[in-house]
Amino acid sequence: MTDAAFTNTPARTQGKAVTVALRWLLYVLLIAFALFYLAPLFVMVTTSLKSLEEIRTGDLIALPREVTFDAWATAWSGACTGIQCEGVRPYFWNSVLIAVPAVLISTLIGAINGYVVAQWQFRGANVFFALLLFGCFIPFQVVLLPMARMLGLMGIAGTIPGLIFVHVVYGLGFTTLFFRNYYVSIPSELVKAAKVDGAGFFRIFWSIFLPLSLPIIVVTVIWQFTQIWNDFLFGVSFSQAGTQPVTVALNNIVNSTTGVKEYNVDMAAAIIAALPTLIVYVIAGKYFIRGLTAGSVKG
Amino acid sequence: MAPILDIKGLYKNYGSTEILKDINVAIEPGDFLVLVGPSGCGKSTLLNCIAGLEPITGGSLSIGGQDMSNVSPKDRDIAMVFQSYALYPTMTVAKNITFGMKVRGVDQAEQDAKLERVAEQLQIKPLLNRRPSQLSGGQRQRVAMGRALVRDPKLFLFDEPLSNLDAKLRVEMRTEIKALHQNLGATMVYVTHDQIEAMTLATKIVVMKGGVIQQIGTPSEIYNRPANMFVADFMGSPAMNLIPAKATANGNGSVIEITGADGTPITLKDTGTSGLPNDVIIGVRPEDIAEAGQRSGESLQQAECRIDIVEPAGADTFVVTHLGGKAVTARLHAETTAKAGQPQMLSFDLSKVSYFVPATGERLN
Repeated sequence: MTDAAFTNTPARTQGKAVTVALRWLLYVLLIAFALFYLAPLFVMVTTSLKSLEEIRTGDLIALPREVTFDAWATAWSGACTGIQCEGVRPYFWNSVLIAVPAVLISTLIGAINGYVVAQWQFRGANVFFALLLFGCFIPFQVVLLPMARMLGLMGIAGTIPGLIFVHVVYGLGFTTLFFRNYYVSIPSELVKAAKVDGAGFFRIFWSIFLPLSLPIIVVTVIWQFTQIWNDFLFGVSFSQAGTQPVTVALNNIVNSTTGVKEYNVDMAAAIIAALPTLIVYVIAGKYFIRGLTAGSVKG
Repeated sequence: MAPILDIKGLYKNYGSTEILKDINVAIEPGDFLVLVGPSGCGKSTLLNCIAGLEPITGGSLSIGGQDMSNVSPKDRDIAMVFQSYALYPTMTVAKNITFGMKVRGVDQAEQDAKLERVAEQLQIKPLLNRRPSQLSGGQRQRVAMGRALVRDPKLFLFDEPLSNLDAKLRVEMRTEIKALHQNLGATMVYVTHDQIEAMTLATKIVVMKGGVIQQIGTPSEIYNRPANMFVADFMGSPAMNLIPAKATANGNGSVIEITGADGTPITLKDTGTSGLPNDVIIGVRPEDIAEAGQRSGESLQQAECRIDIVEPAGADTFVVTHLGGKAVTARLHAETTAKAGQPQMLSFDLSKVSYFVPATGERLN
């Protein structure tokens, strides 16, 4: 190699400048998109911290002149949904009572289903899996009436166990799919070796497959929690006065106010309703990406 | 002695496809049985049937004198080593080895003692607290063997255990498995597609093709007296030369006529074989063709052949000529004077040849 390669000729310097400029342009664009994307959240947060007076007189995107948490307190425990004025608090707990068991049960059953479909080929396993997959693509509106009838027959219509049941049933398609795709990359010789070692169906699942599954469990939990927490359709269809989830309550607060529209309370209530999924994602988010790609890479 | 493993008339079907047809094998305690054949011949399926991982469709299978046809793998008193090693990824080496005992509820002191013994035997003591992902291929192989050894079973099953290793390590581990077999006096069934592995390890070889056993015998029987052309061609490297020829009776022996490279016939007198049909395939191992004058004996017959290719391989030199329209390889000594394109006097050892029926491939002599 000659010295020329190491010296900065005018052409090289120019080329470098262009690269740097393009890089800056890229960053500026990305930042602009990010700001645009975050703008609604910014408006929600600032509005929730303003007083009604300030909202009426001030600018939509201005920072609050005076920060007040009154709207948050009202949203949590005082806002009216129709005739009751208890805020979103009771409904928030309803959502927790629905989402936590539904997520755990659907994840566990999905794991066992996936284990069976991927590693214990039985007659009709493919048809079984195809039907489960089909379940992922059924629009939920279609099943509302039959499901209402089912819940009625089972005697759990309008109850929290009823909602848990609905969410478990409609979560199974996805949870099974996740676990099946994860377990299918695990060599079948592992099961054979364990069988020869004397382990049975559940022993193999518990001692060998479950310890391998952390990434896909995280993916499934995030997915299911987001789905179930954010669900409105089942919540509004299969609940009654005391058992509504927070999404339904939020709708009622926003839509049933009389007189002055309390934007700050609406915003605070909306943020409260969205917070759990946000927290779950922040805590477990890095596993989410890892888990989604983990199945495709051999360990 | 009663056979450790006795398979009688075993059939295995997947739906309407017959994978294994009428398998009959028996082995004595201390035998090293190798199942060998090209991929898809059913050898791994047969091993899985022996292990109980695949149900059998027909026939019977007994281990240690007990019928095991419908017994689950864990109750067959077997241990198995897999091609991918199948180590449990989340467990340490020690836990991998003791998992079987733990499942069976063996008490802790005995588990520790056995683990200690096996770790000593396989020299894997420093690895006991590592996970499989932190081990090299050879180390994983050892752990997989440890997991089998610790069980002290009636029968060891190996499913192509060396095919994931590189060439050098494979030869090393092969020797180790052989030594292990000799030291333990254990009974083993070993599946491979590598005929050299089969020859070096086995006390008894089963050659399979298309789900049918072609021949069962000691390595020497399989090598020297192959039952048909498939076995002759499959075992040995370079493969046995299979040359179309005409045979005519001559006293107590036969005269074999082969078309030479330039169309002129070559005649060889076999004084030991009679009753051959007119059309035969003559099978000659490369090492049974030598340079004229190198060996002596009554059964040696000389013929001049044009050498087409010379391939020095260090210890030997392989030369290729054409006889009966087929490329024929001869294993000559390293300092041979044979040159490509030149004629060379070669001597054929007719006491070692095999004759086959051209249509069916069956052995004649």
